[in-house]
Amino acid sequence: MTEPLLSVRGLTVEFPTRHGILTAVEDITLDIMPGEVLGMVGESGAGKSMTGNAIIGLIEPPGRIARGEILLKGQRIDNLPPDEMRAIRGRRIGMIFQDPLTSLNPLYRISDQLVETIRTHLPMSQEAARKRAIQLLDDVGIPDAARRIDDYPHQFSGGMRQRVVIALALCAEPDLVIADEPTTALDVSVQAQIIDVMKQLCADRGAAILLVTHDMGVIAETANRVAVMYAGRIAEIGPVREVIKDARHPYTAGLMGAIPRLGENLDRLQQIPGAMPRLSSIPQGCAFNPRCPKVFDRCRSHRPSLSQAEVGRQVACWLYDGVTEA
Amino acid sequence: MSDVLLDVRNLSRRFDVSKPWLNRKLEGLEKLYVKAVDDVSFTVNRGETFALVGESGSGKSTIAKLIVGLLKPTQGEIFFSGQSLARGLSGAEARRLRRRFQMIFQDPLASLNPRWRVTDIIAEPLRVFERSMDDRARRLRVGELLTLVGLSPEDGVKFPHQFSGGQRQRIAIARALAAKPEFIVCDEPTSALDVSVQAQILNLMKDLQKEFGLTYVFISHNLQVVRHMADHIGVLYLGRLAEVAPARDLFEAPRHPYTRMLLDAVPDIEMTGRRRKKVEGEIPSPLSPPPGCAFHPRCPFANDRCKTEVPRTLGGVACHAVEEGRLSDLVQP
Amino acid sequence: MSMTETPPRPPATPQAPPRPESRLRRFLDSDIFYSWKRSPVTILATVTALTLILIAILAPWIAPYDPFNPASLNLMDGFTPPVSQGPFSENWFLMGADNQGRDVLSTIMYGSRVSLFVGFMATMFAMVLGVGLGLTAGYNGGMIDAVIMRIADIQLSFPAILIALLIFGVARGMIPASHQESMAIWVLILAIGLSNWAQFARTVRGATMVEREKDYVSAARIMGVHPILILLRHILPNVLGPVLVIGTIGLALAIIEEATLSFLGVGVPPTQPSLGTLIRIGQQYLFSGEWWILFFPAVTLILLALSVNLLGDWLRDALNPKLR
Repeated sequence: MTEPLLSVRGLTVEFPTRHGILTAVEDITLDIMPGEVLGMVGESGAGKSMTGNAIIGLIEPPGRIARGEILLKGQRIDNLPPDEMRAIRGRRIGMIFQDPLTSLNPLYRISDQLVETIRTHLPMSQEAARKRAIQLLDDVGIPDAARRIDDYPHQFSGGMRQRVVIALALCAEPDLVIADEPTTALDVSVQAQIIDVMKQLCADRGAAILLVTHDMGVIAETANRVAVMYAGRIAEIGPVREVIKDARHPYTAGLMGAIPRLGENLDRLQQIPGAMPRLSSIPQGCAFNPRCPKVFDRCRSHRPSLSQAEVGRQVACWLYDGVTEA
Repeated sequence: MSDVLLDVRNLSRRFDVSKPWLNRKLEGLEKLYVKAVDDVSFTVNRGETFALVGESGSGKSTIAKLIVGLLKPTQGEIFFSGQSLARGLSGAEARRLRRRFQMIFQDPLASLNPRWRVTDIIAEPLRVFERSMDDRARRLRVGELLTLVGLSPEDGVKFPHQFSGGQRQRIAIARALAAKPEFIVCDEPTSALDVSVQAQILNLMKDLQKEFGLTYVFISHNLQVVRHMADHIGVLYLGRLAEVAPARDLFEAPRHPYTRMLLDAVPDIEMTGRRRKKVEGEIPSPLSPPPGCAFHPRCPFANDRCKTEVPRTLGGVACHAVEEGRLSDLVQP
Repeated sequence: MSMTETPPRPPATPQAPPRPESRLRRFLDSDIFYSWKRSPVTILATVTALTLILIAILAPWIAPYDPFNPASLNLMDGFTPPVSQGPFSENWFLMGADNQGRDVLSTIMYGSRVSLFVGFMATMFAMVLGVGLGLTAGYNGGMIDAVIMRIADIQLSFPAILIALLIFGVARGMIPASHQESMAIWVLILAIGLSNWAQFARTVRGATMVEREKDYVSAARIMGVHPILILLRHILPNVLGPVLVIGTIGLALAIIEEATLSFLGVGVPPTQPSLGTLIRIGQQYLFSGEWWILFFPAVTLILLALSVNLLGDWLRDALNPKLR
């Protein structure tokens, strides 16, 4: 069995506030294999972006990693000093964010930003780096790359900007790319293009992707495996097809049922009553229990942890514990 | 049956995006206009949901603002149960008309005044339209409305920031319903919400429509949501209507190439193995729309006529290829 | 298993929302109060400012002497040093006596009263004027906006004190001599107020333009709510945060401006000396050894301006979520 590229063990992120300590992410354990696309899906406040930020060491104070460890190819990276972490970001872990403008400096030409990033991480001459940058822009599908490389970010459309960001994330040949809602700000007709480019390029280079999104559609098309997040924890993790077609956790099932489909026209959509709890008031026991249609006593008092439901699938739900009460 | 409540005729709206006067004079620039909405016509039947679908820059939100009177049209007319809305309303007649329509917005946090308590927010239409109502009656009505949208009367004392996104949208719906309107313009009412909450809001809106016989103009970029809500659909591209059709027809037999492209671009959530078709190109800038049919640079069926001549709307579709029968064989049964 | 849920229907007996909880409770639980509690500098500034304001308000009742009552004065007590008894009276002078034998402590108490009154009224005037014009400019835009904001720009390009001097001079010229004495304070307030409105107008205009585009304003416009009601009931409460900050810092500025004008001799009449007047009197004796006549009023002015300014700084940070 190959060694996982990224291994997260019991990751817990806390925010001390004046009303007490809030747990934004709790006990996250997952592995990403080389070349794999792991989707992380959840609604707002589920802690999915926070998990991504924790992995790249970008948690804003006063937030902190309280417990757990993060290993990149067996090396611990969660306790590295900021300098070393900065070297890992960009070189070994690339990043793509929702808003391309947060990754691109509006005052610099695309060429400057790409060349500088390439030269920071790889020993290359100015010319070689520029050549490589043009090649990259060409790869991400920017027409006439040799000319457009000297444009400023605002001269590109939203979709083109996101392509530039992908080029920027890939320019140092990272092992892992963390993509946080990469298509959310884009129009439907452009989304598919961006997903294609991202997937293709990572596959060519053997880079793994952690794809963080709220959009099940994007996950279904892109990911190999998916982790469903709820209230800071993983509710369910497994191969995409199985999770989507045969959801085990009642939350996943509800989520899938809530998505309106093109193929059918139901009078009413399935809905999950209530809303995701705030961090300050996560219920006792299973965090989903007040909204769960299959809730029973144990759910209200004991929090289920992620356990093997079958090969390759893990669910955090007492229904699959084997000792389910009647 | 077809009792027309809203009749939009040849609606156009352009925006002045020129630089300030001094810059124009110094730099020798012309005035610059963007046609956000260009010659759009459609009708909405009473009790039905008419959806406007489009991507960014399609002008769908501008149309919403034109209908409710937040913007004045450059050209064209809007008739609301026979009365012209576009030509300025005044006095008591205006108030009678205004109480019959309402709007629900995309971002429920921005649409609720953060300094007001929920009770005051929901009571605002009552203060405007039911001036004779006393404080007690008004508070009772607010409690009733809160219950109607699935909140509790106790929530009235809170402020908007104390609620989740879905609850805030419920508050906005309660406000919209307060003065018992018959027509509501919904501008992307669920696109700021999570899927599970979106389902709640869509169900609530459907229930309310049935209960009160409401008519909706429903604006969205999300085809799945539109499929679920709409009776009739208008597809917008760069300010013009590409296709208008009953919902069933549009989804089962889309005619305009842009509609087909949009449908192909919907993610395959059922994992049937259908690949999203890769769509070439992006939406052009509305500042310099392509000549002829605005969609021609991305259209696989474009010919020379498409590049020069703006297609007329015939039978609900504005497309030369459809008009010439070049596409008829491609329509799936 | 279906998760479909039928929406709750209204209960048999309709229920009205309860009355809201008290403002004090909300304040004590607010982030603002929390941030106040955690900043010792701010607590100190608040205590200092409140003490000075309280002393000024209560001056007629707590001042040891009435420095403007000729009966209680003894010219021969002039220049008595601090913490000593007047040579020709039973009076004790904690902060010494000035050239006319007035108790410096008492003159400071009465002087802060005048300074604070002028500063407060001038700031209120500037605030009302600036907020009103800012709201009008920001909501209407176009020509109205251009005219108001160009006037503000012109005003801001001159030092406030220069404008105040100008207005002061013009107003003095227009008021008949017999009323000059009694009108002096109001002219001063007008001058300082007029020289400070532009800051308010600028900030409020910017905030108004942001709020105007928000959907809660659209919702009110769709209902046909009158623009003035939209401005007052919807927009005004949402732009008051920055106004409070500028107002507080503006109060400190106005107090200093008043002191400057009075120091230059164009401010309040000598019968109602403010801190500035006291400093002007005191500076004549600085080099002849009677330092206390200048020192104590100056320290009071600095303490007052500094503490109010610190409060303003804290308020700005506390109201700005980006800095928290």
